[in-house]
Amino acid sequence: MALITCQDLALGYEGRRILSGLSFAVHAGDYLCILGENGSGKSTLMRTVLGLQPPVSGEIRMDDGLHAKGIGYLPQQTAIQKDFPASVWEVVLSGCQGSCGMRPCYTKAEKQRALDNIQSLGLAPLLRRCYRDLSGGQQQRVLLARALCATSSLLFLDEPVSGLDPKVTAELYALIRRLNHEQGITVIMISHDVGAALHYASHILHIGETTFFGTKEAYLRSGLARRFTEGGEAE
Amino acid sequence: MTAIWEKLTIYLQYPFVRYALIVGVLIALCSSLLGVTLVLKRFSFIGDGLSHVAFGAMAIAGVLHLTDDMLLVLPVTVICAVLLLRTGQHTKIKGDAAIAMISVGALAVGYLLLNLFSTSANLSGDVCSTLFGSTSILTLTKTEVWLCVALSVAVVAIFLFFYNKIFAVTFDEDFARATGTCAGTYNLLIAVVIAVIIVLAMNLVGSLLISALIIFPAMCAMRLFRSFRSVTVCSAVVSVCAALLGILISILASTPVGSTIVAVDIAAFLIFTVIARLRTLGGRG
Repeated sequence: MALITCQDLALGYEGRRILSGLSFAVHAGDYLCILGENGSGKSTLMRTVLGLQPPVSGEIRMDDGLHAKGIGYLPQQTAIQKDFPASVWEVVLSGCQGSCGMRPCYTKAEKQRALDNIQSLGLAPLLRRCYRDLSGGQQQRVLLARALCATSSLLFLDEPVSGLDPKVTAELYALIRRLNHEQGITVIMISHDVGAALHYASHILHIGETTFFGTKEAYLRSGLARRFTEGGEAE
Repeated sequence: MTAIWEKLTIYLQYPFVRYALIVGVLIALCSSLLGVTLVLKRFSFIGDGLSHVAFGAMAIAGVLHLTDDMLLVLPVTVICAVLLLRTGQHTKIKGDAAIAMISVGALAVGYLLLNLFSTSANLSGDVCSTLFGSTSILTLTKTEVWLCVALSVAVVAIFLFFYNKIFAVTFDEDFARATGTCAGTYNLLIAVVIAVIIVLAMNLVGSLLISALIIFPAMCAMRLFRSFRSVTVCSAVVSVCAALLGILISILASTPVGSTIVAVDIAAFLIFTVIARLRTLGGRG
């Protein structure tokens, strides 16, 4: 049984379609990269699957167990966060909010979970630091730790490496690969970086004028990859 | 100094002065709590818009000769808060334009109604005290004081109970919604609480100056502190101190209560800015 199945999905805002006829499935343990030009609807697709906006038409089915294990999401940074006074601890802990329901305080187990994620991502020395004072790479790791507090099975990442330098980018990719390989967390990632996508991903969803969904190997054979990378270089 | 102290002791024997202090402190506390959220969510202008709506509602209540104008002002302001928050999200009229329309409209219609129907001999005095709250805090009845206390306690209780949720929704609404927090409900809650605070604060500083009470303490605290909790605590402390000091100064110097409190808030903001500047300079040196 697939974790997420999308059937003949059409996306857009206020009834205006920007993308239609999308069908794909994500299974446990997959590492899916969503590729496509700017404005092709990658973020809209992710927001639609997450339920942040309704689909224009079509169907999104989620595995029943998914809601119990939770969904982690690493959105693109918002303007609000740039001058938000919050410590690393407060931000990461807020990832446990989804499991709180009406309960006003976090339990000991939730705090421990936040602490574990902070430690495993190497953020322990930054625990009391202010989120807005951190470097871009550190901020992304904090948001990743927060996302891991919300899930143990499925991560949505919206361009996690945008604006990071090559070294930090490589570190973050390695980290995401580790989560996928060692902890078996399913990863769905939007990326601009075709090279990295082809290196790390197991499946590719290419959206735009031509839509492709399949394994990385099939994508490489399709020739779409070459056209896309060449187009990217010409930009 | 002793002369000032003696004068204060005499004044504090009057119940209306004690009421003013109690109510002033409580309102200041409430208004500071959500200030941080409002500033960070870019909602500061909603406070301003709502206060004008409250003025319009007060004018209507005056025209209708309601004995307790809170009965009309509170629901109207709450409804407008909900509407404003809705429009702010997704409609054809942009959020800020909608707020400007509603707030200026309410102000104009309120004044128009007062002019057309008011039986009061001192119309401009009435309008002035609604807008700037000149003396209303010193003329509170016991019932009004209790209502104020009850609403303040409710606001503080709601804030404490939902503190973690308010943080999650303020910091990253998309994340909160995607991971199963019903952000819409909490936005609604925030809007309703803001409306209650604004209606409360009208007694203290009048409808034009309410935003100052909400925004200045939060801005002060954000200059110096680096975590949401410390900013919230600092903002509450600054607000309460400024209100106390403002009310005492206004009693001693016979200045209007509302504008004195806001003046103290401005002074606090300047002091905090200077301290923050010195700290960064010291940090670099």
